[in-house]
Amino acid sequence: MEVTVISEGIEGSLHPVTAQLLGATSSLGGGITVLCPGGVGAADAASISGVSKVISVEGECFMSYDCSAWSKSLAPLAKGDLVVASASSVGRELAASIAAIRGIPVLQDVTGLEEGFAVTRPIYSGKAIEQITITPPCSITLRANSFDAAGSGGNAEVSTVNQSADVTVAVKQALTKAGEKLDVAEADIIISGGRGMGDPANFSKLYEVADILGAAVGASRAAVDTWEEIPHSMQVGQTGKTVTPNLYIAIGISGAIQHLAGMRTSKYIVAINKDAEAPIFGVADYGIVATWEDALPVLKKELAALLSN
Amino acid sequence: MGIAVLLKQVPDTTAKISVSDGRVDESAVSKWSISPYDEYALECAIQLKEAGYGDVVAITCGPQRSSKALTEAAAVGADSLVHVLVDGFLDSLQVQSLLSAAITKFESEVVLCGKQAADTNSGSTGAGVASLLGFSCVGVVSDISIEGGVFSATRLGPSGLEKIEASAPCVFTFDKGETELRRPNVRGIMMAKKKPIETVSSADLGVDLADSPLIVDSHSSPPQKPPGQKFEGAESVPLVVEKLRDEANVI
Repeated sequence: MEVTVISEGIEGSLHPVTAQLLGATSSLGGGITVLCPGGVGAADAASISGVSKVISVEGECFMSYDCSAWSKSLAPLAKGDLVVASASSVGRELAASIAAIRGIPVLQDVTGLEEGFAVTRPIYSGKAIEQITITPPCSITLRANSFDAAGSGGNAEVSTVNQSADVTVAVKQALTKAGEKLDVAEADIIISGGRGMGDPANFSKLYEVADILGAAVGASRAAVDTWEEIPHSMQVGQTGKTVTPNLYIAIGISGAIQHLAGMRTSKYIVAINKDAEAPIFGVADYGIVATWEDALPVLKKELAALLSN
Repeated sequence: MGIAVLLKQVPDTTAKISVSDGRVDESAVSKWSISPYDEYALECAIQLKEAGYGDVVAITCGPQRSSKALTEAAAVGADSLVHVLVDGFLDSLQVQSLLSAAITKFESEVVLCGKQAADTNSGSTGAGVASLLGFSCVGVVSDISIEGGVFSATRLGPSGLEKIEASAPCVFTFDKGETELRRPNVRGIMMAKKKPIETVSSADLGVDLADSPLIVDSHSSPPQKPPGQKFEGAESVPLVVEKLRDEANVI
């Protein structure tokens, strides 16, 4: 069985999710080739355990992101029975595009991968779980934080292939820079606010707690729809981001069904809400019936005391 | 030269999903809607039409019930409606092959769709269709305009929010942005009910739906969490923080 893994880059380095892609696929047996678009993180990829070889795919087209150009450049190298990428926005597009070029199907956002290609993925944003059996060749993307990362200690050979493709999407202007704020889809800890925060200015209180925890700040759809100041990129839920952090803290969020769909698979959920009947308490591991005005200052003080030690 | 907008009918995001006999019970879905991101694609397609780019053809691929999505699209301004009538499970390549064939048949060089559908949450269609047709692909777009034959769009790329330019033939996949969705008026709804829907089969499109290498074994409900612990008042916060450290080991 031959597997091709398309590595994920972030700000010129290898994204840690790449080690998870290898952790998930190394147990399948067979050789694993890692393709590094634009050569990003090739040396780091070679040191991940289980990697057979690394191909640094270089070319003009990797200067900025163009799905068609990248997939045309990568597809001839994405061989084998299984093409694997991260279920990030770029990973999904590349996997879908490369699969279409190869004439094979793609299965996105996989959270379980067993021998015999029995695959698990959430559908309806986690309101149901789907079990699918694949007959390779196929392309799949894996959800971040769903698989254990492979360790280091690998020493794979790195080769370079120069293979560009025509760029048809011209980047004219950068409007905001990624990474200025930690994204909810990336974070191990998320603290989210809902309309119960009363005013978008009060989200600054969430950022104060988030800074102590190294957490990302999220929001419910109600908050995003009500307040212009809260961008859609912060929205957790069925029409926002589906997240699986280790800890999700919901403040002033009642827990509409579409919000629960986006965060219910978090490992631990803390809910703070003044309404004891709020549906969010139905999924919370630790529920606190209190106003955020009362609870947040205590939370901030306790966490600061705990984490400064 | 027209604009194709790809619409998928999905259970409304407020609908409960129930599973019976190992399959999601579609008959128990209380409300079906156009997938939310597709609504932004539709709105932007109509804006391009108003800017003089061309007529809007709305295309859906799905069972009989999906035709309602097309009528809803007509009510806000879609000019022609195409229903690729299929039943049962199709894999990504089958869906993309059908949609690509329909786009070619109706001679569209600009294709708009949602970045992902609210049922599978996959996000394969736009990029896959672009590859099959040999079109460019711009993903996660929040607004679009046209000037002198060049499309200008805001997209969320890996480096952040960017202003990009691209030319036809191109597929754009849409995110929720600042764009306000228009609501149909009474006249629009009445006119839409009379608008003909062109129904085509896979055979009409020359697409062979051979067996898929993907087999859906079962659906199940997500595992229920055991009931959590509930506390009263802000004075319980220190106890919860302690539990997060000692019980849950997450901080």
